[in-house]
Amino acid sequence: MTVWDDLAGQSDAIAVFRAAATVPSAGESAEPRGDEASVRSSMTHSWLITGPPGSGRSNLAYAFAAALLCPDAGCGVCPHCQQVAARTHPDLAALATDRVIITIDEVRRLVTSAQFSPSVGRYRVMVVEDADRMTERTSNLLLKVLEEPPPRTVWILCAPSAADLLPTIRSRVRTVRLRVPDVADVAELILRRVDVDEQTALRSAREAQSHIGMALRLATNPEARDRRAETLRIALDLRSVSDAVIGAARLLQIAGDDAKAITAERDAEEREHTLRSLGVEPGAAVPMALRSHIRQLEEDQKRRATRSLRDGIDRILVDLLSLYRDVMKVQLGSGGDLVNTELDSDVRSAASASTPSATLATMDAIALARARIGANVAPALALESMLVTAVQKEG
Amino acid sequence: MAVRKAAPSRAKAPAIAQLSWNQIRPAPVVLVSGTEGFLADRAIRYLRDFLKEEDPSLEVSDVQADDYAPGELLTLASPSLFDEARMIRVANVEKCTDEFIIEALHYLEQPADRTCLILRHGGGVRGKKLLDAIRGGLGGGVEVVCAELKKESDKVAFVQAEFATAGRRVAPGAVRALVAAFSDDMAELASSCQQLISDGAGDVTEQLVNKYYGGRVETNAFTVADAAIAGRYAEALISLRQALASGADPVPMVAAFAMKLRTMAKLQGARGGSAQLAAKFSLAPWQVDRARRDLQGWSDQGLGRCIQMLAETDAGVKGAGRDPVYALERMIGLVSARGER
Repeated sequence: MTVWDDLAGQSDAIAVFRAAATVPSAGESAEPRGDEASVRSSMTHSWLITGPPGSGRSNLAYAFAAALLCPDAGCGVCPHCQQVAARTHPDLAALATDRVIITIDEVRRLVTSAQFSPSVGRYRVMVVEDADRMTERTSNLLLKVLEEPPPRTVWILCAPSAADLLPTIRSRVRTVRLRVPDVADVAELILRRVDVDEQTALRSAREAQSHIGMALRLATNPEARDRRAETLRIALDLRSVSDAVIGAARLLQIAGDDAKAITAERDAEEREHTLRSLGVEPGAAVPMALRSHIRQLEEDQKRRATRSLRDGIDRILVDLLSLYRDVMKVQLGSGGDLVNTELDSDVRSAASASTPSATLATMDAIALARARIGANVAPALALESMLVTAVQKEG
Repeated sequence: MAVRKAAPSRAKAPAIAQLSWNQIRPAPVVLVSGTEGFLADRAIRYLRDFLKEEDPSLEVSDVQADDYAPGELLTLASPSLFDEARMIRVANVEKCTDEFIIEALHYLEQPADRTCLILRHGGGVRGKKLLDAIRGGLGGGVEVVCAELKKESDKVAFVQAEFATAGRRVAPGAVRALVAAFSDDMAELASSCQQLISDGAGDVTEQLVNKYYGGRVETNAFTVADAAIAGRYAEALISLRQALASGADPVPMVAAFAMKLRTMAKLQGARGGSAQLAAKFSLAPWQVDRARRDLQGWSDQGLGRCIQMLAETDAGVKGAGRDPVYALERMIGLVSARGER
């Protein structure tokens, strides 16, 4: 068993990281000579892992971190590897966010701690999971430390694509691209991790378009499957502007339910934990002096909810995109597998009712809605406008 | 607000006199309650001027109830060598500390002579025990209620009273113009009255108000949206400018349009009684009737185009375009043409 086992279909990227992890760190041996130089060059101080959402960027980042910190280059069983898996390793600093952006203060703290030398391992490893969620000002803070890093610090950044980062950061990191894993690979991973039949695993992997996390969720959670089916049904049943507006409201509600299912439980748990650590008895009124703590917590939770809702809408839009992709495929007669094979007849009738250019316009509208929601446009408006486009072009 | 909210829970009506802000009079305890801070400040100022006139040696002290040091009230109210009259103004009673409540209740049982204690309570439930005690007659106080002037007629009465106090005649048209120009903020309304009073000597006419505050009308986003949806392009543009000039923000403007158009779109083509539709779309019946009236002359495509334009405008006012006001004007243009352009 090694730390690389649980990563589906990324053998090329794994090979790169394996080679890098076996390079002796600075200070372990003398200056490189001869072909040792080429071995040495497979390791560098800052990495960027890019790949589509759900391809396992952050899992790969932590696997690489474990390999760097483990004396056996990632055995998966020693205390070092286990500590990395639990994110408690003293030489590992991880930065992820469940809000919309990473704040500048979080990055400042990380940059400061990057200056310490490693305490037990060969390296100090800094992982930034959502490097694309930094504003320009925050990103600039990283520049200096990426340019002149302390000798034994390794940075691992993750982002959906290199274009999400500033050019100045891109030029200071070595990029490793992940590819979209095969549906079969993802299905195999699901079968290995959870107890479902092969049919469900394959269907979930296909419907999630190889997004590993989503596929797992669809495979294990029937409500998530129902929500997805309802989303597509709304899009297929659009006839008038009125349908579009009502449909948009329903989509928003589905996204909200989806987001709430993820956060609600956690919110209540956190609140209880905070109250307990502040010494407030369950059910008792919160004293004046402690209210600011609770308010702080509530604000954090609200930020998380915003992010969660946006992610929920984004998932819906990706699902819709898969539907129109299928319609397009049928219209152009290009063959190949459909994502939504269960809706085959609906897809075919939708395809005959419109033209390829209309379908393309709808797909553009979906992309525009995603961009607009990212730019803080009211989600309801963005969705309404998108569905109105879908109606007008189909009718 | 607090007074009104607390009212149902109180068993009996207050046992002390309830005064409006301009009827304030000295008493051992004066409770100034209500959310309208401007009127409360004014009432307290009147009282101070009145007491100062009666006794120039009046000693005025201020206490912050949210930052109250134990014993402060007793120290300030205890008799001095020369026995001056005293006025103690306590601010922020709505955020008071527990010590303050205890000490104030203690003080009320035996108020000091020649001392006027003024409690300013800005609304809320904090200090209810103290308020109930005062309203129950403890300490022999009066309550001055400074509720927000919500109704147009209240504001008109306020303006008329302002001019009447200064002994100036004012034309009804002038009052209307003033109230329309400063409908949001009482302080602004009062200071504009004072400006007119102190600048001239004759009657205040509508022309004079127009000369001073001409063209200023406080409108809100819904006025603009109503005009545009009804197809009155020019009127919508004018009220847009008026709204922007008196401090409205472009972002809620788009939201107001979105809300109205969304309701219209939902009802487009829907059949049934308004009560039935209201229940179906979780709207109020009047909203349904209103939207149906608004829908006259609109087509499905036009509505669709307007909704698309709204999304574009929302992006525009939130930074995607260079000029938010231009984005709004373009949207109003399309909406007033009912999307047919």
